[in-house]
Amino acid sequence: MKNISKRFGGVLALDSVDFEMEKGEVHCLVGENGSGKSTLIKIISGIHSPDPGGEIYVDGRRISHQKSSNSVREGIQVIYQDLSLFPNLTVAENIAISSRVETGSRLMNWKETEKEAVRTMKKIGVSLDTRREVSQLSIAERQIVAICRAINANARLVIMDEPTASLSKNEVQSLIKVINELQNREIATLFVSHKLDEIMAVAQRVTVLRDGKKVGVFDASELTRQKLSYLMTGKEFEYSKLPPYSGDEVVLEVRKLSRTDNYKDIDLKVHKGEIVCITGLMGSGRTEFVLSLFGMNPPDDGEILLEGKRINPRSALAAMRAGIAYVPEDRLQHGLVMEQSVSKNIVLTFLKRILSKIRLLSKVKERTEVRRWVDELSIKIPSVDSPVNTLSGGNQQRVVIAKWLAINPKVLILDSPTVGIDVAAKDSIYKIVRELAAEGISIIMITDEAEEAIYHSNTTYIMSAGRIVGKYNSSELTEKELYEKINGQ
Amino acid sequence: MRRSTDSNSVLRKAFGKSEFYLLLVIVVVSLFFTIMKPSFLTFTNIYGMVESNSFLAIMAAGVLVVLISGGIDISFTAIATVAQYVMATIVIHWGGNMFLAFAIGGVVGIALGFINALLIYFLKTPPIIVTIATMNLFYGLLIFISGGTWIYGFPMWFMERNLVRFGDNPGITIPILVLVISFILTWLILKHTALGRNIYAVGGNQEAARRVGISVLKTQLFVYCYMGFLAGIASTVQANMMLTVAPNALMGRELEVLAAVVLGGASLAGGTGSILGTILGFGLIVIVQNGLTLLGISSYWHKVFVGAIIVISVGITAYQRKLRERKGAIINVEE
Repeated sequence: MKNISKRFGGVLALDSVDFEMEKGEVHCLVGENGSGKSTLIKIISGIHSPDPGGEIYVDGRRISHQKSSNSVREGIQVIYQDLSLFPNLTVAENIAISSRVETGSRLMNWKETEKEAVRTMKKIGVSLDTRREVSQLSIAERQIVAICRAINANARLVIMDEPTASLSKNEVQSLIKVINELQNREIATLFVSHKLDEIMAVAQRVTVLRDGKKVGVFDASELTRQKLSYLMTGKEFEYSKLPPYSGDEVVLEVRKLSRTDNYKDIDLKVHKGEIVCITGLMGSGRTEFVLSLFGMNPPDDGEILLEGKRINPRSALAAMRAGIAYVPEDRLQHGLVMEQSVSKNIVLTFLKRILSKIRLLSKVKERTEVRRWVDELSIKIPSVDSPVNTLSGGNQQRVVIAKWLAINPKVLILDSPTVGIDVAAKDSIYKIVRELAAEGISIIMITDEAEEAIYHSNTTYIMSAGRIVGKYNSSELTEKELYEKINGQ
Repeated sequence: MRRSTDSNSVLRKAFGKSEFYLLLVIVVVSLFFTIMKPSFLTFTNIYGMVESNSFLAIMAAGVLVVLISGGIDISFTAIATVAQYVMATIVIHWGGNMFLAFAIGGVVGIALGFINALLIYFLKTPPIIVTIATMNLFYGLLIFISGGTWIYGFPMWFMERNLVRFGDNPGITIPILVLVISFILTWLILKHTALGRNIYAVGGNQEAARRVGISVLKTQLFVYCYMGFLAGIASTVQANMMLTVAPNALMGRELEVLAAVVLGGASLAGGTGSILGTILGFGLIVIVQNGLTLLGISSYWHKVFVGAIIVISVGITAYQRKLRERKGAIINVEE
């Protein structure tokens, strides 16, 4: 595949961008939200057509009218972030569905479907039970199914939109294996990703977009993370490590906390204004543990002390009253009411405070409170009445944080706060976290990324198989060490 | 996350399915009724039970298909009533034969289903709203035009129900035959045609279906037309049994049918359901009603029992889902 160049005017989501991929290449397309990545993908896959003047070539042949069905015929397959699978159908049927639709046969051939699925999985060296329903698979397994479907549709170029957003480190490793396998079969892969580590590990070349313009194409080997984030944002991000925590005012203490099939004998202390990171593989029990602190997964044994007093939160409400706030990982599902306005979302945690004299919600009080939080966290929104689903990931995350800060928590728990948001938005989240800690709020942050733990916390705890296996001063760790420890080497 | 590696056990697979539990409940309930009232488990009783409910069961097959596609249809009893009036009027005035009667019922049903499908697709309005509206529309117009009168006086050929007789026993009757054909047809469509699999795909993830090139419009057109078709056929069956056509004979039964299909494992969210499940779900409700009648319990109690069965079954399903989700979070804690 050669020489796909295009121009895109109008709103100028893309400004005279040239782009090319070679046969079997692993290429990365990076850029912040709004840099034009998705527009570019949509043009390649034929959902949008480029403005006049834009030219697309496949194998040196010019393609005039780009349509979805055209691009499929040319072997271009997109795996969207949501994977577009059918949860109610079996693995086999999901893999074979595009070829079934394409051949236009009127009858369903179950045997052939099974065979096709097995054959395709063999090609990339994976095996899944073809008769299982996709709804029963893990996210990583679903991704495999999506990739198999693309291959089965004779893909020569597979585009993956944020493929690693919801995968653990191990799962990312096996995904990378699959991608190498694709490369052996001369199938090109275009990765669209925020996660910089992975990009380095897997890609040969990287195309960087910023504000709809192409910054350049680089060999992955010549890029460092620093350089890449500079290219993406035009800004330097230099973080100083946080010093080991020095105070002695304990806010939250957990003693021998256990819950069957979740975690065991957790001891942990969080001081005033301390940022504590809990890291570990997915399935290490870290989320289950913090959910216990927030009352949503009550422990069987052990005790939780908040400012020296024993608490036993049995519900989220009880935890909130005690002064614990929890920002979930999946803000789309658990953190926000997406269709509602920013204002309505923020006030959800403190409706009582904005009641008028006759116990009805006061619009005036709502406005003042919301304005305050919007300013404090510098949430960028056209209006407080804009629905949350119109905001960028970073701003959505800030709305969730605002909502929880408004209850004046003593302890703020952040579960993977920077997943799926871009470098600049991450930066602003880190700033907010540091400021909050400076104001005396104790912060517990769950993270997958070693860099996040090392640079943005005072203390790092590592969890593995439901236990705490290590406690370190974050500034004394290196990324390599931390990864080794997380993986139990 | 734990992965079960042994998928060899057929029995284990059966245990995981809601159909299995339904069958179990049916066996237990039937056993209970047989002990209380031996006349329950007789050929005559069972045959009567199946035949007298056949028209509802035929519509249930249509409802199943609609639910799998992620839609819902409330208007099918109104469609059936309209089809019945048109069919009866034509047959009584101009004569014809049995085949023609069914053809008329089916065609009227398809036409009205077509209207539903177009409205749902182009207005992008939830099907429940659209079909509540069309239910009133179809039924209101029918009453306005017909004046709500009953229709009697079917021709002689229409009064024959039996196709084959075995001695004194009831043989194969039209309602039974049509019921069996509708179920087999629905099963074939759902399981063995591309169209049927597209229906499942659209119900499972409409956006993804569109992306792989399935026409959502065509699928919906088929689904609502098929629902209309079965409603028209079912209404002809009902007329064949009752030999009268009344405006209120079918209206109001739609929720009953819907509940039976949901009891049989079809999800209102779309994407799941099977003809076997529908047979079992519908069967359970019919058996309970029949058994209670035999025991001489007031028909008001039937509704209470049916309601309770549905609540319990939905409760069990929800509980199972909760257990499954809970399992997903198990962490093998090192001891």
